[in-house]
Amino acid sequence: MATLKINQLTKCFGRHTILDNLNFTIEANKIYGLLGRNGAGKSTLLNIINNRNFPTDGEVLLDDASINNNSAALQQLYLMSETNMYPKRTRVSDMFRLADDGYGQFNFALAHRLTKAFGVQEKAHLSNLSTGLTTIAKLITALCVNADFIFLDEPTLGLDAGHRELFYRELLKTYEERPRTFVLSTHLISEVQPLVEHVWILDDHQFICNENVDDLLANAYAISGPAELVDEYTTELKVLDHQTIGNIKTVYVVQPLDETKVIPDRVKIEHIDLQKAFMALTNGEEN
Amino acid sequence: MHFEFDQSSPIYQQLADQMEEMIFSGLFPEGDQVPSTTQLSQELHINPATVLKGMNMLVDQQLLEKRRGRGMFVTAGAQEKIMEKRKEGFYQNYVASLIQEATKLGITEDHLLTLIQRGYQNGNTQN
Repeated sequence: MATLKINQLTKCFGRHTILDNLNFTIEANKIYGLLGRNGAGKSTLLNIINNRNFPTDGEVLLDDASINNNSAALQQLYLMSETNMYPKRTRVSDMFRLADDGYGQFNFALAHRLTKAFGVQEKAHLSNLSTGLTTIAKLITALCVNADFIFLDEPTLGLDAGHRELFYRELLKTYEERPRTFVLSTHLISEVQPLVEHVWILDDHQFICNENVDDLLANAYAISGPAELVDEYTTELKVLDHQTIGNIKTVYVVQPLDETKVIPDRVKIEHIDLQKAFMALTNGEEN
Repeated sequence: MHFEFDQSSPIYQQLADQMEEMIFSGLFPEGDQVPSTTQLSQELHINPATVLKGMNMLVDQQLLEKRRGRGMFVTAGAQEKIMEKRKEGFYQNYVASLIQEATKLGITEDHLLTLIQRGYQNGNTQN
């Protein structure tokens, strides 16, 4: 099975470093979440992996061959992004045809079913569609295109709750029918948490997290109680974020806890979800 | 009864717990097929690997069995197994916490015993 390797990838715009020496692997047949605050460099990273932008340093390899201008490798990668690459007067049906021309074996049957399910006219001009419907047209293309690595940059932009649910469902359906890799870059963390198996968090130009979601959350905690007891219990922990209401303090940590350490009576330790863990990890509070 | 997930524990664990409850309550009768990984994954919007992990926990506990090419089925005797397991956990999960809360409230042992008896009497009159 094919694997994408990102080696020592650095991207600078002028004097600004956007991505600083990223090293990671994208495995076959997994659903990944790419998370990061606005401006963290998520789109830049996806563009570089898909050869739409170039790294200042480093390389992207598909099974040990650079993807740079390598059309055979690029045939296995598909990026759905916010930028509109289509010429004026492109119809939804033209998008499907173009994906078929470029990648072959486009799943037209699924595309027809999805346009009906989402209520998009295949004859409609892309330029006449609303933000939400434009996203849907691109999403349908991405779900039906024949490629092993599908990158979805902001796949839910402008989608209402009902359409997002439908998208998550159809994503899992096509994933099970034809396993392949999906990378979802999104801010709707709570919604995608159950969908993704592995998560990357981009912060300060690097990955501060590159982990299986269950493993990450197994060590993600909110510790709350009377401030002095909480402070005492957490002295040796790296407190990522905290909140104080009156004398009640809650601190957030993402690290294994010492199981031999006695938890004070009025201190409560609870697990947190991915969104809360993400907020704690990217807030950058120093202890 | 329906599946519902919070952040208290990993999703695969919650899925396993809730399926166990559904087997225990007879919603999934012994010998019957349970929904497939695909169905659960699509309906609940959960990664199929996570669903499988949860289902496999129940297979390990011999509450579910895989039948090649057909799917997952509730084993014969699954309800009995769950009951045994819960009886073992009853002291820790219920009695210990009951006593702990009673102590916090200043309820004496005698008073607590009276309350339990009252609970039985009320339960009996309602039945």
